[in-house]
Amino acid sequence: MNKPRLATLWLDGCSGCHMSLLDTDERLLDLAARVDLVYSPLVDCKLYPEAVDIACIEGAVSTAEDECRLRSVRERTKCLIALGDCAVTGNVPAMRNTWGTDTVLRSVYLEREALAARIPTEDLPLLSDKALPLHTFVKVDFFLPGCPPSADTIFSALTALIEGRSADLRLNTGFGT
Amino acid sequence: MTAAQILTLTIDGKHVSGLAHETLLQVALENDIAIPTLCCLEGLSNQGSCRLCMVEIAGTTKPQPACVTLIQEGMVVITQSENLRTYRRTIIELLFSERNHICAVCVANEHCELQTLARDLGVDHISFPGRYPALPVDASHDRFVLDHNRCILCTRCVRVCAEIEGAHTWDIQGRGIRSLITADFNSPWGQSTTCTSCGKCVQVCPTGALFEKGRSVAEMLKKRPSLPYLVSNRTREQQ
Amino acid sequence: MTMHLEELHQLADDRRRELEGFAHHILVCTSLGCPKNKEIIAAFRQALTNSEAGEKVLVRKVGCMGLCAAGPVVLILPEEIYYQKVAPGDAAEIVSALGREPVQRLLLPSDLPFFTRQYKNVLALFGRIDPESLEDYLAAGGYEAAVTTITRMRPTEVIRSIDKSGLRGRGGAGYPTGLKWSTVAKAQGKKKYVVCNADEGDPGAFMDRAILESTPHALLEGILIAAYAVGADCAYIYVRAEYPLAVRRLKRAIREALRANLLGTAICGSAFSLTIQIRLGAGAFVCGEETALIASVEGGRGVPRPRPPYPAEKGLWGRPTLINNVETLANVPGIIQRGADWFAGLGTEKSKGTKVFALTGTINNAGLIEVPMGMTLREIVEEIGGGIPGGHTFKAVQTGGPSGGCIPAEHLDTPVSYENLSALGSIMGSGGMIVMDETTSMVDIVTYFMAFSMEESCGKCVPCRVGTAQMHTLLKKFQTRTAIDDDLTTLESLCHLVRNTSLCGLGQSAPNPVLSTLNYFRPEYLERITGPVDPCRQEEKQ
Repeated sequence: MNKPRLATLWLDGCSGCHMSLLDTDERLLDLAARVDLVYSPLVDCKLYPEAVDIACIEGAVSTAEDECRLRSVRERTKCLIALGDCAVTGNVPAMRNTWGTDTVLRSVYLEREALAARIPTEDLPLLSDKALPLHTFVKVDFFLPGCPPSADTIFSALTALIEGRSADLRLNTGFGT
Repeated sequence: MTAAQILTLTIDGKHVSGLAHETLLQVALENDIAIPTLCCLEGLSNQGSCRLCMVEIAGTTKPQPACVTLIQEGMVVITQSENLRTYRRTIIELLFSERNHICAVCVANEHCELQTLARDLGVDHISFPGRYPALPVDASHDRFVLDHNRCILCTRCVRVCAEIEGAHTWDIQGRGIRSLITADFNSPWGQSTTCTSCGKCVQVCPTGALFEKGRSVAEMLKKRPSLPYLVSNRTREQQ
Repeated sequence: MTMHLEELHQLADDRRRELEGFAHHILVCTSLGCPKNKEIIAAFRQALTNSEAGEKVLVRKVGCMGLCAAGPVVLILPEEIYYQKVAPGDAAEIVSALGREPVQRLLLPSDLPFFTRQYKNVLALFGRIDPESLEDYLAAGGYEAAVTTITRMRPTEVIRSIDKSGLRGRGGAGYPTGLKWSTVAKAQGKKKYVVCNADEGDPGAFMDRAILESTPHALLEGILIAAYAVGADCAYIYVRAEYPLAVRRLKRAIREALRANLLGTAICGSAFSLTIQIRLGAGAFVCGEETALIASVEGGRGVPRPRPPYPAEKGLWGRPTLINNVETLANVPGIIQRGADWFAGLGTEKSKGTKVFALTGTINNAGLIEVPMGMTLREIVEEIGGGIPGGHTFKAVQTGGPSGGCIPAEHLDTPVSYENLSALGSIMGSGGMIVMDETTSMVDIVTYFMAFSMEESCGKCVPCRVGTAQMHTLLKKFQTRTAIDDDLTTLESLCHLVRNTSLCGLGQSAPNPVLSTLNYFRPEYLERITGPVDPCRQEEKQ
């Protein structure tokens, strides 16, 4: 039997959720034995492959590029997990939604910058008006809130999904902490 | 005072008894039957506004709020059902969508009733789009801060200030989705002429909307066990 | 001064004789809906000074004549000639035609179904008397019922009579009036209050305003009877400040009634006393909810509180309080005068008597009508209303305002009653009927009503405060065709939450427009599920 194909994705977030995944420590070896990690900031693979079984996505959707990546991941993935508060609620990136991207950019790059004040645009995707959670755009199969979700939470969720015990997945995790 | 009448009723299949003037919520809590609430707090008047404590009563078509429903002889009450759980989860989701609740960077992180209820009720995401209103933070008071972004309009602060402290500094301005807690006639808290700086409002606030200055993320522990003590002592004095 | 029934009759007779002294009466509508009425009256007076018959003609300002679409309306008595869309410049021509052939170009046929199909109790004196004249009201038999009640009936008899009539609350909920009265009458406590709810707030509804503007004394008479029946000596009329003419006429009527000892202490020589005070509302829709209204009368924020205790037990300042709507109370004098059996003989089995409706929207005869309960919606819309103008077809009629629903053409043959309308997913409400033709988008209408409910939510309870705002956001997505499949499911479940868990009637009924249109006009929602613009696909195309 083929091993489930796992991918992880990092959108607008601090990478803390990926750190938490790494915090599973020696259990990583256990995981590695049971899945094929086909795409991740942790592996060298430029294009998101076809036929992925499980994708964990960290971060909010903050640019049109994020949205496009998310949509194509959705098309090529069976089970999509929103990993952490940014992916689930927008969290810290969404704090700009109140005042508008423009105001925030100006405040950070122009008003508080003494030397060579400019808003960086080169080779960067344009920030959209709002940073939004994944389920605004695509169907999300599982939500793992937490900032970040604990290593234990991530590990139990992944093992449950690998073993096909997803139906009664009820984890002790919530917003924040 | 004449002896109150003792009534018997059934809550979640359990036979319980209470006094005629007691509410369903009181009797349920006495019997270790947990019903979620946000606006209700022991020592304050009940106003039945958060609608989380809705329960099903045999013979009524709609769920009723346990905090303002007096017990009746022979009542049959259900506090947990799929419908009620859905309602409660949705109400929590509505509250999260209303303002800017970012648990991760909140002073009340891990000490917040809204956050705890969301976890207990299994709210793992918010189905409604966030409204992201641009709301001010009033840090004009020497010791305390009011952050409207985290306020759920439970009005515990309004009630504790009016009913226990007797100052009635707080009230609500505006209506509907534009309601805001307001000091005096919409003056900055620090300039309020009625506020006694007693801090009771800060202690009763279920979220991080009212907090002490100098607290960082997750440092705000609410101290409120004195409230029922205070109220019961006062009531005894009056009798 | 003490007024007895005989003196009342004397006053009435005097006024009747005075009126009979004129060969013709020119009655000019002075309601809010008929503009330029001051100029029209002045023009008639001017025309009469130039005419020989001038002294034999009386120009009278009267209340609403109902057919607002034809306004300004002028009625010539005793010939019963209606003129429509009268301008000040027409006065001379109308005056010269008095007693001769009527002016054809202005003639409004009085045999229209609009006039002949109605049956009037509340509106009986509309457009027939001067709202600012107590004598006019007396001459038409006014206060007869109240004085008879106070001086010759026991309170229990009055209540039994109202109970027997089958009258139900006209404010919307349809609670049996007799039962309410007897609950307050039986409630413990010496001090009791009557509160009249004149905080009419539904968009498109103006029945109460018209009553206050056209026959203010009829309302006072109803309050008198109610207060006597329940044992109250103090009454409040809570009327919205946006009705300045109504407030002015009401104030005047109270002063007139006080002077005639129809209000005040020892009314008509009896042991019964009553003061009536006016309280102005600032136009918050939620203050039509009885507990919010009480809070507002007490001087507090107009927010509702959980019931029970009901106002009948603990109302204004914690005292037993009877709260009735304007139209309910205005029905009372007629019931006392003509008898409970007469009233109970009208209408359907459970909805008795007549009901006033404000007919608006895309309909020929927009205006105010009164019909017996049980008349079909089709008769109201097509006959009395005169159908849809401009070659358009009927699509739906909205009843009950933001708390009601839209009823489609296939249910037009439903007889109007509290039960039938709620079975159709709407409500009787206060009596607003907004007729819509095929060009109206149901999603637009519902979005409008949801915006209204959201604006008017007091914000006390979470489901109504946030739920209406989120429903509005979802509806906006349908309106702009950016909705997705899930949005319909979310909208429906949100409707049920808000309906079942909101604190007061405003929230509980706010989803009704959505639910009823989802029921009857679902395809209009489905065709708007096209999803948002996908930026990725867009880039691919470019």
